[in-house]
Amino acid sequence: MAAAARLFLRGIHSKCSVSGVSTVPRTSFGPRLLKLSPSCDPYTKAQRRHAAHFTFQPDLVPTQYGPTQKMNLFQSITSALDNTLSSDPTAVIFGEDVAFGGVFRCTVGLRDKYGKDRVFNTPLCEQGIVGFGIGVAVAGATAIAEIQFADYIYPAFDQIVNEAAKYRYRSGNLFDCGKLTIRAPWGCVGHGSLYHSQSPEAFFAHCPGIKVVVPRSPVQAKGLLLSCIADNNPCIFFEPKILYRAAVEQVPTEHYTITLSQAEVVEEGSDVTLIAWGTQVHVMKEVAQMAQEKLGVSCEVIDLRTILPWDVETVCKSVVKTGRLLISHEAPITGGFAAEISSTIQGHGGAGAYPSCHRAGGGVHPELVTSQSQFGKS
Amino acid sequence: MQNMLTLLSNALCRITGRTAGAQTVSELLIGLSEYVSLTSPAAPDLAQTQRLPPKPPPVVSARASAAPLVSTSLAAPAARITASCSFADFTPQVTFDIKKCDLYRLEDGPSMKAELTREQGLQYYRTMQTVRRMELKADQLYKQKIIRGFCHLYDGQEACAAGVEAAINRSDHLITAYRAHAYTYTRGVSVKEILCELMGRRGGVSKGKGGSMHMYAPHFYGGNGIVGAQVPLGAGIALACQYQGNNQLCVTLYGDGAANQGQLFEAFNMAALWKLPCIFICENNQYSMGTSAERASASTDYYKRGDYIPGIRVDGMDVLCVREAVKFAADLCRAGKGPIVMELQTYRYHGHSMSDPGVRKWMWPFGRRWRRQHSLRWLTPSHHWTTCATTSLKTIHPWRSVGPTPGLSLSL
Repeated sequence: MAAAARLFLRGIHSKCSVSGVSTVPRTSFGPRLLKLSPSCDPYTKAQRRHAAHFTFQPDLVPTQYGPTQKMNLFQSITSALDNTLSSDPTAVIFGEDVAFGGVFRCTVGLRDKYGKDRVFNTPLCEQGIVGFGIGVAVAGATAIAEIQFADYIYPAFDQIVNEAAKYRYRSGNLFDCGKLTIRAPWGCVGHGSLYHSQSPEAFFAHCPGIKVVVPRSPVQAKGLLLSCIADNNPCIFFEPKILYRAAVEQVPTEHYTITLSQAEVVEEGSDVTLIAWGTQVHVMKEVAQMAQEKLGVSCEVIDLRTILPWDVETVCKSVVKTGRLLISHEAPITGGFAAEISSTIQGHGGAGAYPSCHRAGGGVHPELVTSQSQFGKS
Repeated sequence: MQNMLTLLSNALCRITGRTAGAQTVSELLIGLSEYVSLTSPAAPDLAQTQRLPPKPPPVVSARASAAPLVSTSLAAPAARITASCSFADFTPQVTFDIKKCDLYRLEDGPSMKAELTREQGLQYYRTMQTVRRMELKADQLYKQKIIRGFCHLYDGQEACAAGVEAAINRSDHLITAYRAHAYTYTRGVSVKEILCELMGRRGGVSKGKGGSMHMYAPHFYGGNGIVGAQVPLGAGIALACQYQGNNQLCVTLYGDGAANQGQLFEAFNMAALWKLPCIFICENNQYSMGTSAERASASTDYYKRGDYIPGIRVDGMDVLCVREAVKFAADLCRAGKGPIVMELQTYRYHGHSMSDPGVRKWMWPFGRRWRRQHSLRWLTPSHHWTTCATTSLKTIHPWRSVGPTPGLSLSL
């Protein structure tokens, strides 16, 4: 919220020469903004909020995919995996502790339903899990690997980046591991500290050959996961763990997909574009609401959904309309994915425009045990 | 409140033998803190001087001079009864027979006899009992949401920590995984600092920033969250010891789950190639989180996993077994005979972490067997020495009934 306020303060003074965009009038905004955020110098000290505040905002019930059922995030994942195992006889699910249902209950009941040769545990070896998954996928079976926490994905980083991502290219399309999907719980959870709270999407965004997807809600999660599984490229699907129980929606029970690499405009607006993914989308929705109520500013909220390859067109169109951009993510700000969006938009911006781009991200320190509220919620 | 205060201060007077009672809560707490020392074994002298009861009246006996005598001035009735018999029959030192260890690529193994002095016995007992109490308290605090985040408890495995520390020097190095509270304590951090760290307070050993999994101390490298990541680090520390020629070694601990991580085998290879003074210890508590060892490992002979590295399998519930085995391994390392892999067979009484209930029907018979062999049970009533120790043990825990029941099982 404070970041948004800072943005508006600067935005007042920025030039916006794109036709059709109205500049923010110089009213009493300035002093009001100063009251809201006492230190408005964005680059010396990070603004911090000391109370975690996040409300899940469900979407409208989707009607186009058939009958729906009330599910939370982990149940929607189970539903997606259930659909996959029933429709695809080659599909297998493996990872640490998935057999009994998984530490987040995402695979409950699947082993009983489909058998222990299709849903099985692996030993504690992430590099082995992903390497093994690549092999399974290359041989033609649909492999859905679970990494217990995104924080543990790094031993598998080499396998993902050097093996999975480059398989098709280096074999001249003779082989590919497109049938591989890696799922991992992602993001802040309030008590996760250093190794149960990380958001590593930026590390993987730097790697051509894979797709990285982050849903914001159960309906989105099921559709996007099914798209990832169907997609002919290795995909990494990050599931915001704080939403596993907190996010409840009416989710279609049948199989459906949501197009990858397509961002969604969650709320229309005209003054500033707010971009986020995963849990942060809900924070941005709240910011938009507060901005409307307190400052009379109309925000356009975009959920990026797919990090790699990301939907440049939708974002560009929105920024051309509003002239201002704020991107927010939980991951540390330096080299975070917001940097990529920001620099691309600056480069692409319409004729002669220099849209004002700002980033709000996590601190430059690892997650502390006690200050999780400050991380990415500034 | 005043009644309570009077009650407590009277109890304190009875326990300590003082006449003046506490008038205020703070006086009471001061009195209690003087009596109950919560310092780590790093300062055993301080603890000892405060704990040891006053000298007993002399007993006329030929052998009396050879025996340290236990005080009869304690007000507790049981102690009075015990004091009425002569302590002249008890010795300050005893030799126990311990289990033979399974060996791999070794001709000789650790000694099958362990000598134990009274001081050592009391110290090991105090260490293990403190660790047990600390872990149970952490459990309680976690359920009260005073400790947040993750908390992996070590109760049941105390003999491993106590035995390892007893066998190495303070100047040796130690690194372990996330189930590290006990090692933090044995390596010299006070219970207060550990509990502060668990609660995320500034007084914690890592200034509250690390929490349960990230506690450090001189010559103790944590406290590591990522499974198996500490093992190559341990090999590196051993390399530094070898390079600096300071006759130190590194004890690198990991669990049965981590035994399947690839980086362990990389570390084994480097350690064996360069003959690093590293003791790799697998604390096999039979479960990696909820998955039992047989379902995760093709070979559950973790002491043989080093392949070309010699291995020893040790009963991890017996502090003396652990001590002798680690001593043997330490001597091997200091003689430059390279790394060694050890497996301590042990068991944890809690689930993997506080979010794991750790109670499954089929685990109970298995768990019961381990509980009967629990690590605080190493004193049996078969030695006269033990009865002496029982009384001394009472001075450690006056408010617990430590009766001479078989196995000396303590109320937990």
